[in-house]
Amino acid sequence: MKPSFDILIVGIGGQGTVLASNVLGEACILENRTVRSAETHGMAQRGGSVESHIRIDGKHGSLIVPGTADLLVAFDLLEALRYRHYLPAGGKLVVNRNLVVPTSVYQQGIDVPDEESILAALADLDVTCIDAAALAEEAGSILSQNIVMLGAASGDIPLRPETLEEAVRRCVPPKTVEVNAAAFRLGREKGGGTP
Amino acid sequence: MAIRYLLGNEGIAHACLEANIDFASGYPGTPSSEVIDILRVQKERPFTVEWSTNEKVAFENALAAAWCGVRALCTMKHVGLNVAADPLMTSAYTGVTGGFVVLSADDPFAHSSQNEQDTRRYAHFARLPCLDPASVQEAHDMMRDAFALSEEFGLPVIFRPTTRICHSKSDVDLGEVGTEYRTAAFQRDPKQYVVIPAHTRVLHKVLNEKQPALKRRLVELGYNRHIIRGKTAVITSGVSAAYVQEVLPDDVSLAVVGAYPIDEEWLTDFVDRHEKVLVVEELDPVVEEAVRQVATKTEVFGKMTGTVPYEGEFTPAIVAAALQKAGMTPTAAFPPAAPVPGVPPRPPILCAGCMHRPTFYAMRKVFRDGIFPSDIGCYTLGLQLGAVDTTICMGASITVGSGIARSGEERPVVSTIGDSTFLHTGIPGLLNAVYNGADMIVVILDNRITAMTGHQPNPNTGLTATGEESTPISLDAICRSCGVSWVETVDPYDLPVLLDTFRKAKERRGVRVVIAKQPCVITARKSGIKRKAYAVDPERCTGCGACRSFGCPAIAFVGKTATITELCAGCGVCADICPSGAIILEGRR
Repeated sequence: MKPSFDILIVGIGGQGTVLASNVLGEACILENRTVRSAETHGMAQRGGSVESHIRIDGKHGSLIVPGTADLLVAFDLLEALRYRHYLPAGGKLVVNRNLVVPTSVYQQGIDVPDEESILAALADLDVTCIDAAALAEEAGSILSQNIVMLGAASGDIPLRPETLEEAVRRCVPPKTVEVNAAAFRLGREKGGGTP
Repeated sequence: MAIRYLLGNEGIAHACLEANIDFASGYPGTPSSEVIDILRVQKERPFTVEWSTNEKVAFENALAAAWCGVRALCTMKHVGLNVAADPLMTSAYTGVTGGFVVLSADDPFAHSSQNEQDTRRYAHFARLPCLDPASVQEAHDMMRDAFALSEEFGLPVIFRPTTRICHSKSDVDLGEVGTEYRTAAFQRDPKQYVVIPAHTRVLHKVLNEKQPALKRRLVELGYNRHIIRGKTAVITSGVSAAYVQEVLPDDVSLAVVGAYPIDEEWLTDFVDRHEKVLVVEELDPVVEEAVRQVATKTEVFGKMTGTVPYEGEFTPAIVAAALQKAGMTPTAAFPPAAPVPGVPPRPPILCAGCMHRPTFYAMRKVFRDGIFPSDIGCYTLGLQLGAVDTTICMGASITVGSGIARSGEERPVVSTIGDSTFLHTGIPGLLNAVYNGADMIVVILDNRITAMTGHQPNPNTGLTATGEESTPISLDAICRSCGVSWVETVDPYDLPVLLDTFRKAKERRGVRVVIAKQPCVITARKSGIKRKAYAVDPERCTGCGACRSFGCPAIAFVGKTATITELCAGCGVCADICPSGAIILEGRR
C-alpha cells in the first residue's frame, strides 16, 4: 500500500497555490499526522507556472514522482494539461474552468488550445471542473478562488472536512476568515463532497 | 515541545532562536533568504540582525561578532559563498570563540541560480566542518546544535541545506526559544587575529591538528550513521537520503553522511563489510571520492560509473533507477510518465507595471545595435525582451560592459544593474570603468528594494532589516564620486522623457549613468499606492501589435484586437506606445 496520499496543486504564480498547500499542511498537524511538501519560491513565482507537492502521512522526501499522484488540483486549464502526467491513468483531477493565456503566446505567436480542446484532452481522467471565480464571488471575494478549489477537492482528500475548514480559518488573513470559510463550503458542495 | 508545520528555512531560523543566537547577517539569495527574513521580524528574542550589502561584508561582520564571544549566523546562497570566500578561507585559521555558523544554501537543478556548485567543496577546501541535513527536522536539529559544535572546535561551521530542504515544509518538533544572552567582549590576541606570516604558519598547523577529533565527533553526534542489513549497501547524503529511504529494499544496508569531514575509520568499517556499494548524492561526488579512497575490495557505483547523474536534483524515481543500474531492486518502480507535448510554456515574466519593462523597451528603441550586459535580479527576465545579452554573477554587468567596450567592440554598450546589485559589487566596476576610460552607458534599475528574493530592504530603501529608518544615500552622488560626470535620474513610467534621456546619453562619450527610478510595483501596491487602470478602445485599436512587443502580462488579444486585463497596474507606458491612441485611462479604480 502507498504510504502517503500525494496531492499536486498547480497554477500560476500569484494564484495562491502556497496558501492552499499550507491549509493542507496545517490540517495534517491538527490531525496529528506527518506531512511533507515542496513549494516554488524565487524567480519562478513571477507569473510563471508553479507547483506545490503535498504528501499527507509522508515521512521521507517532499517530491511526488510523475505518474504517482493521488490527486491533481489545477487552478488553470493549461496548467492541468502541463501537469496531468503526474496522475496515473484515470487519476483524479479537480480543475478550475479558467484559462490564462501566457504572454509569451502573444509575443511568439504560439498556438494555444481553447477550453474545449483542453477539457477533451483531459477527458480520460476522472475530472471535476469548477467555476471557481463565480463561487468565490458568491463567497464574497474573487481572491478566495484557491480556497474554493480546495473545498471542491476536499471530498477526495483523506482529511476530515471540519479539520480542513479549521485549517482554512487558521491560515488565511484574519479579516478574510468568514469569506474563505464560505468559499471552502461552496467549493465542497460543488465538488460533490458532503457538506 | 511543539509540533508545527514549517518551511525548512522557518525551522532553521527557529533553531537559531533556541540556540541563543546573538547576531545574524546575510545577503538575500534563493533558497536562503527566509532565514534572515524570519529572524528580523520575529519578536521572541531580541538580538542584532542585519541585511548586509554583500556576502563578504555579511561574513566579516558575523565573524567579528563571533570573535567577541557571541553566537553569530551568516546566511547566503551558494554563489554568495564565492563572494565571501576570501574571509572564509582564513577564518578557518583564526577560528572563533563564540559559535559561528555560515549557512550557504545549494540549489541543485539551479531553480533560481546561475550554477550548480557544491558548498561541500568549500568546506573541504577550507578544512571546516560542514553539516548537510537530510530533512527539515534534521535541518532544525543540526542548526540548533551547530553553534555548540563551532565553540567546541573553535571553528566556523558551514551549514549546507539544499533547495528541497529550505523550501520544503514538514511537521517539525520545536524547542523553546533560548533566554541566555552573552555580552560581547573582544579579547586582544594578535597571534589569533592578525594573520601575518609568522602567525598564520602556526594557525595552519593548529587547523590541521583539529581534524581527527572533529571527524570522530561528527560520528559520535550521530550525523554520520549506518545500519547493516546485507552484503550490498547504499551510502547517501543530504536530502538524497530521504529519496533513498523511500525505495530502499530491506536487505540493503544504508549509511547516511550528514556531516563532513567524514571519519575514514567509520567509513572504511562500513565499506569493508559490503561487496557492493552505491553512492547517491546530489551535485559533486564528494562522498563517492571518500568511499573510493577507502574501498579496497568493494565494488563502488556512483557518478563516476555513470550510475548516478552529476547534474540536477534527485527524485525517488532517479534514485530507484540508480539502484536498478547497480543491480539492486528498489521497493517501488516508477514507469516513465512524460508530459503532454506542445503545451505552451509559461515562463516567469516581469510583473504588469514593472519599471524594468519600459526601461528595456526604451533601450532597445534607442540603441538598436546595442550590446546589453546585465546582472542578477528580476530584471534578468529582460532576456525575454531582447535586452539582456550577458549575465554571469553579481555586479558583472558593469565590468563585462567595460571589458566589451575596451576590447575594441565598436557597438554601443549599455549595462543594466539593479540598485541592490549595484551596492553589492557594482561600485568597484563603475570606478574601474571611469578610471580606465571605458566608453559605455550604465543604467541603474532603481526600484528601491531587493525584489526578486522577496523584497528585502537595502541601504537604498531607507529602512534597516528590522524596520528602523536608515541614513539616506544617493546613487547619483555615489556615481559622481566615482568620477562619472553625466548622471541623469529619470522616471521610467515617463516614456518620452526616458527615450530622450537615452538619446542624450548616446550622444556623449565616457561613462554615462542613467538612474531609472520607480518603486517596485509589488512594494508600491503593498504600501497603498493605487494607479488607475488603462483600457483599450476597440474602435481605435488597429491590431498593429505595437503593444505586443512591450510584453506586458496585462495586455491580451482577442483576435488581433488588444485588451487590457485586471492585472493592469496603471503604469500607462502602453498608452505612450500605442500609435493610434487607442489605450486610454479607464478610471474605474
